[in-house]
Amino acid sequence: MSRDPSGRADSRNDASVREAMLAAVPSLRAFAISLSANVDRADDLVQETLLRAWANLDSFEPGTNMSAWLFTILRNLFRSEYRKRRREVPDSDGAYADSMKTQPEQASRVEFEEFREALGKLPPDQREALVLVGASGFSYEEAAEICGCAVGTIKSRVNRARTRLAELLAIESIEDLGPDRELRAVFSGGGS
Amino acid sequence: MKERKSSRPEGLVQVRPSPARPGPALNREIQTKIGQQLRAVYDDIVDQGVPDRFADLLRNLDTKVVRTEGVDKDASE
Repeated sequence: MSRDPSGRADSRNDASVREAMLAAVPSLRAFAISLSANVDRADDLVQETLLRAWANLDSFEPGTNMSAWLFTILRNLFRSEYRKRRREVPDSDGAYADSMKTQPEQASRVEFEEFREALGKLPPDQREALVLVGASGFSYEEAAEICGCAVGTIKSRVNRARTRLAELLAIESIEDLGPDRELRAVFSGGGS
Repeated sequence: MKERKSSRPEGLVQVRPSPARPGPALNREIQTKIGQQLRAVYDDIVDQGVPDRFADLLRNLDTKVVRTEGVDKDASE
């Protein structure tokens, strides 16, 4: 609300704010990519978030969690965009994989892609709750604040997300491993 | 779901599993696996660090504000 009239204090704050924003960029990107499933769009979201945050520094309460504040802005930006455009065209698997720093081995890469695909099938509410709590390291309370809902709502979304993921992944693994397992049983039963 | 519970005869409530649990309890192994994979997907992006684009953006934002304030108040410091 009221801005510190001291120019000195301001610029010192600005420096530390800038640093805190910089430090938050990697996890903001990870969150944005999990929301939009499109790396370019996600990076635009992060950029918009930083600009919006900088323009509204007055509304940030010093001493509170800068990261949670930025996540809130990003999430709200995504939500308002989402309503307008619906879901962005997801990257092809290749494009996403190319953006990855480490190239996992073939087997774990397949698993990685399967998981990412399953994550993309979750309803947005559940996905964001799961990511905030399960990956970004926010408490249920912080996640509730970021999403503007009750703590209990976050808890049930996370639970439903986990259950749904388990279903999606189990179905895939039955399809993938089922026949294979049978084949292996046949081979081991017949040979040697 | 909660509102349905109140309209249900009391005797039937106990037939349902405890509402504290999300349906059938997830196998702990699956839960752990999900957690690990979620973090793997997430951390993979986090590990990319800060792309130059954002470092530049923040640096430029900083400069602009300092300059504006400098003009506004005092050119020194």
